[in-house]
Amino acid sequence: MLQDKTTSRMKPAIALEGISKSFPGVRALAEVSLALYPGSVTALVGENGAGKSTLVKILTGIYQPDEGTIHVDGAETHFPTANAAAKAGVTAIHQETVLFDELSVAENIFLGHAPRTRLGLIDWRRMNADARALLVRVGADLDPSIRLRDLGIASKHLVAIARALSIDARVVIMDEPTAALSHKEIHELYELVDRLKADGKAILFISHKFDEIFRIADRYTVFRDGRMVGEGLIAETTQDDLVRLMVGRDVGQVFPKQDVTIGEPVLTVSGYRHPTEFEDINFELRRGEILGFYGLVGAGRSEFMQALIGITKPSAGAIKLHGEVKVIRSPAEAIEAGIVYVPEERGRQGAIIGLPIFQNVTLPSLSRTSRAGFLRMAEEFALARNYTSRLDLRAASLDQDVGTLSGGNQQKVVIAKWLATRPKVIILDEPTKGIDIGSKAAVHAFMSELAASGLSVIMVSSEIPEIMGMADQVIVMREGRIAGRFERAELTAERLVRAAAGIEEAA
Amino acid sequence: MKVLLKNREMLLVVAIALLVALIALRFPPFVTPRNLANVYNDTSILIILALGQMAVILTRCIDLSMAANLALSGMVAAMINAAMPGLPIPLIIFVAMALGAVLGSINGLLVWKLDIPPIVVTLGTLTIYRGLIFLLSGGAWINAHQMSDAFKALPRTTLLGFPLLSWLSLVIIALMVVVMRRTPPGRAFFAVGGNPHAAVYTGIDVGRTRFLAYCLSGTLAGLSGYLWVSRYAVAYVDIAAGFELDIIAACVIGGVSIAGGIGSVGGAVLGALFLGVIKNALPVVNISPFAQMAISGMVIIIAVAVNARAERRKGRVILRKAEAAHG
Repeated sequence: MLQDKTTSRMKPAIALEGISKSFPGVRALAEVSLALYPGSVTALVGENGAGKSTLVKILTGIYQPDEGTIHVDGAETHFPTANAAAKAGVTAIHQETVLFDELSVAENIFLGHAPRTRLGLIDWRRMNADARALLVRVGADLDPSIRLRDLGIASKHLVAIARALSIDARVVIMDEPTAALSHKEIHELYELVDRLKADGKAILFISHKFDEIFRIADRYTVFRDGRMVGEGLIAETTQDDLVRLMVGRDVGQVFPKQDVTIGEPVLTVSGYRHPTEFEDINFELRRGEILGFYGLVGAGRSEFMQALIGITKPSAGAIKLHGEVKVIRSPAEAIEAGIVYVPEERGRQGAIIGLPIFQNVTLPSLSRTSRAGFLRMAEEFALARNYTSRLDLRAASLDQDVGTLSGGNQQKVVIAKWLATRPKVIILDEPTKGIDIGSKAAVHAFMSELAASGLSVIMVSSEIPEIMGMADQVIVMREGRIAGRFERAELTAERLVRAAAGIEEAA
Repeated sequence: MKVLLKNREMLLVVAIALLVALIALRFPPFVTPRNLANVYNDTSILIILALGQMAVILTRCIDLSMAANLALSGMVAAMINAAMPGLPIPLIIFVAMALGAVLGSINGLLVWKLDIPPIVVTLGTLTIYRGLIFLLSGGAWINAHQMSDAFKALPRTTLLGFPLLSWLSLVIIALMVVVMRRTPPGRAFFAVGGNPHAAVYTGIDVGRTRFLAYCLSGTLAGLSGYLWVSRYAVAYVDIAAGFELDIIAACVIGGVSIAGGIGSVGGAVLGALFLGVIKNALPVVNISPFAQMAISGMVIIIAVAVNARAERRKGRVILRKAEAAHG
């Protein structure tokens, strides 16, 4: 057990021991332990998929652990519901604050436990007065009666923290609280964290940014692949040590990457910029190549891809396809030019529930399956059959509603849809996010086949093993700019993490 | 039987048949072929309007202005006829349809370019279009004697024993089947309503598709404007007032999902026929018009509840054996 002068005399406010949690096909957490001490900030670091959010959900009563115990002030407890966790004084502040835009600041703070008058009605005067007092404690000079929607993100965070104080929280979880804040707001947040610390709260601070971890945390815990791989005092570690713990040494997973002779340049992007989202994006994509786009969530990768296919308008930049300058103003023009984008949220942006399978497949290719403005069912079926059979889609009939298929098969329909447009460049945004390991391997094998068949692939991914396993060339984005470029031969996990987090390369 | 009941259209056919049978018990003459043909003819305009509304609802929008559009187009058609009785009727029909299309495209443009919620846009234009009728006519009626015989003749002319109005609605139904099933815009209506986000990525312009749906509903409303005025041989500010609710009710009863993306031409037609049967049958079995309204209302709620249940019960096919059994 670690001892130091802040914690040696103290018992943890909350302690998790031997926590395991599995989902079908995935072991999210394996025998994880974590102790949070009053008046101390513990940083939780780890790659995407390391199990951080699962842990937060267990701490806040949203998930139940399969094994392991939770102790609050030394007494064993369970959090069967989110309410139980809140009653025990555990509260979480998320990246996007979960508050109510149309309610006032005071109502947001006291929703669910508003002070009442003797008649059982809400005591507005007391609620506003109490809200003001809480806001002063978190250093926010806000009028409790204004609507939340009129506040900036930083102020909303303050309201969330005031809410945490109002329910007498003793454990405060901050999940990437600075992801959407400006520099000035970040500094105000640091001061607030210091104040919460002085108040004796136990704080779990989840962040990808090393500078802020070293600025405000007292302790650290590192997760990798659902396991706790290291913990200790921030004062006794370095950025290099943390990076090494995070990425580990072995990739551990075999990727079905085929050897492909990389050919001539297919897509050349130069000087792409957007007023608020990204700038200076230049790269060349060659035939048969898989180009990985790595970066933290919110680094501007998806935003750039959406500009590339004409959903948003870049303010400057040019693309060449096979050496020819192309202007793409809409997704229809992108598809026409041979660039297709398979978006990240397949539920929201993928299959069209209500349309049968074959109509989903042919939707972007209707100009090819119609004559003189009329659709030809026979050609639609032929096209759909051709591509769905290549992907081994399991469905009784191509006429059945795509909504009746399982998630994996829906995804095959979506991929068939894009392949049916006969693209030259296919952009896959987080292609394996949220699917089990078996399906991941199938997607990777398929991606490799695509490249081998002469397609050029852009793979946006936040998972290091996937990037390392599949990409021929990697571009790392950070805060809307290219922060690093690596050929396959020079790829290391540490280099990727450093570039994405903005840490100088060790000499 | 189970398979039959699974199909929404078949369910409606059965419901209409039951309804007709029930009425026949009380009043046998209702089921003579002659009378049923009359009921169909009487429902023709509602069918045409419901098909336009269906296209709009499929794209997750709604057109509350259809009846006002009908009234304005009808009034303009009647005024042209009264002023220039010699003008050929096809030209007047064309003008009514073109005006309807323009009025529909105004809805479409407001929804597309200004991003105003469709219910608000069409609530606004509903009032504006009705107001325009008053401005144009000065509140005066145009009566039968002001209309030329040719103007009034069209819905009454028969062909092969059926009124031209019935034939016209059959032609519109056939055209709509082709549009919805066999043209890219028809497919786009379903895609835009089923999943607007996904539709964007497949190269469909969501706003433009909604605009087209409004143009279609406007054109059909304009055509119905002429048909209505010619059939009832009168035009005034308040014709078809409140009819927009019947149009939407026909769609909803016919299984067109108000959330968009689900619906069919057959469903909308059957939904309109169901309302048409109720409207025509209840008076002959001595049920008061107020009870009729209550019955129509109940039918709408029952239809929506049945559709919602059908949606919910389906579930996903995950099991292998279920996959084999499906379809």
